[in-house]
Amino acid sequence: MNKKLGMAVIIAAAFTSGYASAADKVIKIDGSSTVYPVTEAVAEEFQIATKNKVTVGESGTGSGFKKFCRGETDISNASRPIAQKEMDACKEAGIQFIELPIAFDALTVVVNSKNDWVKSLSVEELKKMWEPKSSVKNWKQVNAAYPDKALALFGPGTASGTFDYFTEAINGKSKASRTDYTPSEDDNVLVQGVSGNTGGLAYFGYAYYEENKDKLRAIPISAKAGSPAVMPSPEAVKDGTYQPLARPIFIYVNATSAAFKPEVKAFVNYYLEHAPTLVKEVKYVPLTTEDYAAVKEHFKALKPGTGFGGKNEVGIKVKDLINRIK
Amino acid sequence: MTTEMKASVLKNLDAVRAMIRRHKRNDMLFAMVGLVALMLGLLTLLTLFIDLVMDGYPRFNLQFFSDFPSRRAGSAGLLSAWVGSALVMLVTFLTAVPVGVAAGLYLEEYAPKNWFSDLIEINVSNLAGVPSIIYGLLALGLFVYGFNFGQSILTAGLTLGLLILPIVIVSTREAIRGIPVAIREAAYAVGATKWQVVSDHVVKYSQGGILTGVIIGMSRAIGETAPIITIGALTFIAFLPPSPISDVAPFINFQWLDSGFTVLPIQMFNWLSRPDHAFHINAAATGAIIIVVTLLMNGTAIYLRYKIRKNIKW
Repeated sequence: MNKKLGMAVIIAAAFTSGYASAADKVIKIDGSSTVYPVTEAVAEEFQIATKNKVTVGESGTGSGFKKFCRGETDISNASRPIAQKEMDACKEAGIQFIELPIAFDALTVVVNSKNDWVKSLSVEELKKMWEPKSSVKNWKQVNAAYPDKALALFGPGTASGTFDYFTEAINGKSKASRTDYTPSEDDNVLVQGVSGNTGGLAYFGYAYYEENKDKLRAIPISAKAGSPAVMPSPEAVKDGTYQPLARPIFIYVNATSAAFKPEVKAFVNYYLEHAPTLVKEVKYVPLTTEDYAAVKEHFKALKPGTGFGGKNEVGIKVKDLINRIK
Repeated sequence: MTTEMKASVLKNLDAVRAMIRRHKRNDMLFAMVGLVALMLGLLTLLTLFIDLVMDGYPRFNLQFFSDFPSRRAGSAGLLSAWVGSALVMLVTFLTAVPVGVAAGLYLEEYAPKNWFSDLIEINVSNLAGVPSIIYGLLALGLFVYGFNFGQSILTAGLTLGLLILPIVIVSTREAIRGIPVAIREAAYAVGATKWQVVSDHVVKYSQGGILTGVIIGMSRAIGETAPIITIGALTFIAFLPPSPISDVAPFINFQWLDSGFTVLPIQMFNWLSRPDHAFHINAAATGAIIIVVTLLMNGTAIYLRYKIRKNIKW
């Protein structure tokens, strides 16, 4: 019995050495797993710099908003704009939010590195492959010039914000997609799927392509048949030529927290201040300097509301977005 | 003896020998099949473990245990995850053991043998087969929102406590059943009450079995991810819960129960889903560590059972 007690004391002692008490203020963040790496990087640096505490979860954009609208979190990460239902829930709970775009992500369409027939794809061709009830099963059906090779599609699951955006941008309606593809919430599974299948094709965030360049090939996308095809790259996203698959990602700040919790305000300011370097470090695309300045101003004014009106929108400019919220 | 008879005996002898050979061959055959079956399970685990170790070995150092998570794979560590796991396990232990042992004792010693007890018995066995995510959903509704415990260590500990409750109950009952009736009768014969029999003899002799069950249950709980994700564990948490021991009276505080947390399997899950391959090394190392911890716990269970049994002489 004494031994057990001794063990307990040792374990307990391991926790004693001067860790702060629960009275400390904790900034609570949850939401999208796409935005997670950015917020995590900021949280890490912010904690070192200010000794404030930050926790970040990654339960997904939807679950994140649920918690946010119950007032459980101060900030919600989101890979898509807040939806009407979520706005209603927030309103009912008396929670106002400030919408801040913090970076871009480029949805990247990739194929196997042995695939040498696809030079570029247009939105129409992508739609042919991905639209609901699509019967395309072979590359030949996409374009007669392509070889007779089975097409194997991989993509994110239906709960993902990436799925919502891609279907909106390509098929014209959020969540409208063919269902007979191989879905996975884990993008590394998609990477493996395409790298193991010569006829494979998938879409996911740019960071996953960036880390797997040796196994996959990204496809330049043209917005319309005949218009120039653009390769996904930070530059193409920044100058707005990589359309329609470049999307902004957001944080939503609880307006009350922003106004009355100095640590939350400090965190968001720190976020916007250091975003240009930290966003790049985690392989996302930062906004332009002017855009960050505009977002900072927007936060300073504590203007609540969304520029989207509960709907996703493809190809919107950050400046226009902010100007909509008055 | 005529030569014909001799010949027939010899012939029979050959038949008998052939039969013995055949039976021995069957013995061998089954032993081989059994060995292959055993190896199949063992080698799978071994392959998995070796693979994890080979992938994760660069991260096996003390720093890995003393660093907080980070966006840089090389300096990301397990500190908040292992402390979280340890504290959650502590709560699990403190809740599952008293409740489980008491329930097991009641069912075995006190419960009247009728249809109702049978029903409970069936349900306890059934509970052991309920998918763990169901416990997570229950906990989300009951502990997180019903009792307002929040997404805390307390909630996680209670959830996993519920999860391993059937294991503790069943192993308690098994252990109690192993006690010879003679011991009980002897105690009753000298005038002990039921409670005296239970507390002085039954519990004492079944300790080994109960402890084994508890540890096996805990080693299952430590690897559980689904229910913990469901109740909303965090992923990035770079500080530790408040210490359970304080420097002012009463020297114990319970604030840590209310703290946010992350656990080893969640940290592993997070690292595995990152794009950066360096994080996958961390994930492999974490996986190997979880397997080692589980093996150690199961090993302790076997050792304790052996040791406690040795000390009991009926």
